Amino acid sequence: MTQNYEKLPHDAFTRIPRDTQEAEKISKPSVSFWQDAWRSLKKNKGAIISLILFGLIVLMSFIGPLISPYEPNDQIITHANLPPKVPVIENLGIMDGVGTLGGREVDMYELKNVEQNYWFGTDGLGRDMFSRVWKGTQVSLFIAFVAAAIDMLIGVIYGGISGYFGGRVDDVMQRIVEILTGIPNLVVVILFILIMDPGILAIIIALTITGWTGMSRVVRGQVLKYKNQEFVLAARTLGASDTRIIWKHLMPNVLGVIIINTMFTIPGAIFFEAFLSFIGLGLQAPDASLGTLINDGYKLIQYQPHILLFPAVVLSLIMIAFNLIGDGLRDALDPKMKD
Amino acid sequence: MARYIGKRLIYMFITLALIATFTFFLMKILPGSPIASADKLSPEQRAVVEARYGLDQPLPVQYFDYMFGLLQGDLGISINQFKGADVTDVILSRMGPSAQIGFQGMLLGTVLGILFGMVAALRQNTWVDYGSTIVAIIGISIPSFVFASMLQYWLGLKWDLFPVALWKDGFMSSVLPSIALAMFPLATAARFIRTEMIEVLGSDYITLAKAKGASGSEIAFKHAFRNALIPLITVLGPMAVSILTGSLVVEQIFAIPGIGEQFVKSIMVSDFSIIMGTTIFFSVFLIVIILVVDILYGVIDPRIRLSGGKN
Repeated sequence: MTQNYEKLPHDAFTRIPRDTQEAEKISKPSVSFWQDAWRSLKKNKGAIISLILFGLIVLMSFIGPLISPYEPNDQIITHANLPPKVPVIENLGIMDGVGTLGGREVDMYELKNVEQNYWFGTDGLGRDMFSRVWKGTQVSLFIAFVAAAIDMLIGVIYGGISGYFGGRVDDVMQRIVEILTGIPNLVVVILFILIMDPGILAIIIALTITGWTGMSRVVRGQVLKYKNQEFVLAARTLGASDTRIIWKHLMPNVLGVIIINTMFTIPGAIFFEAFLSFIGLGLQAPDASLGTLINDGYKLIQYQPHILLFPAVVLSLIMIAFNLIGDGLRDALDPKMKD
Repeated sequence: MARYIGKRLIYMFITLALIATFTFFLMKILPGSPIASADKLSPEQRAVVEARYGLDQPLPVQYFDYMFGLLQGDLGISINQFKGADVTDVILSRMGPSAQIGFQGMLLGTVLGILFGMVAALRQNTWVDYGSTIVAIIGISIPSFVFASMLQYWLGLKWDLFPVALWKDGFMSSVLPSIALAMFPLATAARFIRTEMIEVLGSDYITLAKAKGASGSEIAFKHAFRNALIPLITVLGPMAVSILTGSLVVEQIFAIPGIGEQFVKSIMVSDFSIIMGTTIFFSVFLIVIILVVDILYGVIDPRIRLSGGKN
């Protein structure tokens, strides 16, 4: 082979000139941190299904009470305690309006002469469970999102200041947090609910009063990690102010952790709201959240299990979806924290 | 180490003193008189009743009396629920059932969770693994009161396997509430052990053990499992919190005469001294558990330096 170089046709080859500029060129489009995170999130089937499921639940919580012909608090006493009935599914033998009465299976709709269908049935006062469940979902989600947002705000500001300024400020601020986190949040929440009038506001305040400490710790840790790195030093050398360094240089790096933490705060808040309502410290009638609906349904579990079933299923789905989305986001945003 | 424990103990006392002060003044500003049917009493009768509970003293005196009482384990006197009974006695008399279901739930949950987590890690990415992950997600997500009512409906009412409620059939009565409380520890332990085991199984000393010719079960139990178990201590704190939170509703659902059920009841009838006493009792319980867990962790795993330099 080596001897036959001369026999190769010279015109079969062209010389590719080497361009120093070309060598530095990145042939693939650069992927930002968020695009990369979105790519790895898309691969996580559980998280994507949960995201869609959660989207549907949010959507239903708004349009559910609208598409139902009944208001959540309308009482039609003659239609009390009806089991669920849905037009097409009833042929499958479930949700067909059949309930037990005195040990026998009876079509309650025929018995009570009800023409309309109640998809999720009705409760003891003849209120439509379909609109009540979705209205309750709306209230529960509202409480959880507002509580999580306040936690995030306080936690980020507190943790950011504590971590960024360090020294004496940090010492004092951390001692306060240490004492606050020592107090079991169950105890704080219950005590605060006791001194305030029960309602949405009381629950939100009770949830946020110690809830922000977790976020502040995480943010402080991240700020401490980044604030002594070269890019911050460079920014400072170029004359950037503290505010600019915090917002432009530190925040984008801490954002991932903030999002992950919030995704785990929300289900916690939903759980606590339901928990408080269940032990009677939550919303007062006729307002309904998923927790109060579960509490109402629980009292009738033996005779009217459907009243418990639907809010319990929705609550469980929200919790599962949030945990899966949170796991997925954590894997996508912070590979180091990966399970 | 001694310095660290000392520091933690000081914080613990500050926290407890704060909680006690906080609950004390909270109860004072709460609307309504703690004395039942106070309006119906004549001023003289009222004075007698107030003197009996020390309510006629100025506020600072009441406060210091209460704090000194606390130091001696005296949580005050129940005002309207158990007329005149010592709060400490009321709480102690109700500790049995709570402790039993709490302990059983914790034990059942941790043991099953460790088992699930181990099997999942050893059979990673098979249906066993996915199954155990699903159980773990459900266990963490579904609130204990939803789970408890499902157990009660199916195992108690429909299939009649266990007593539906009440504390009358000894151990059988404790089965359903224990299972309900076990879900969170089970899920937490399963996830945790799986992660730890996978990490440990990938480490060099496992490769060495394999090269040495150790059998599969020997590697799994002797080398991997032991090291995966240590970090589990860190989640014992959150587990205890979940058991305690859960006990409030689970005891309510199964009508178990425990502290949780008592607490919810006293909130309903606003028996302030019971609420305060139970709050302080819960706080002490949780704070001590978290402290013990932190100290244990440092003792068992010397790699963790508790008193280490600032991060």
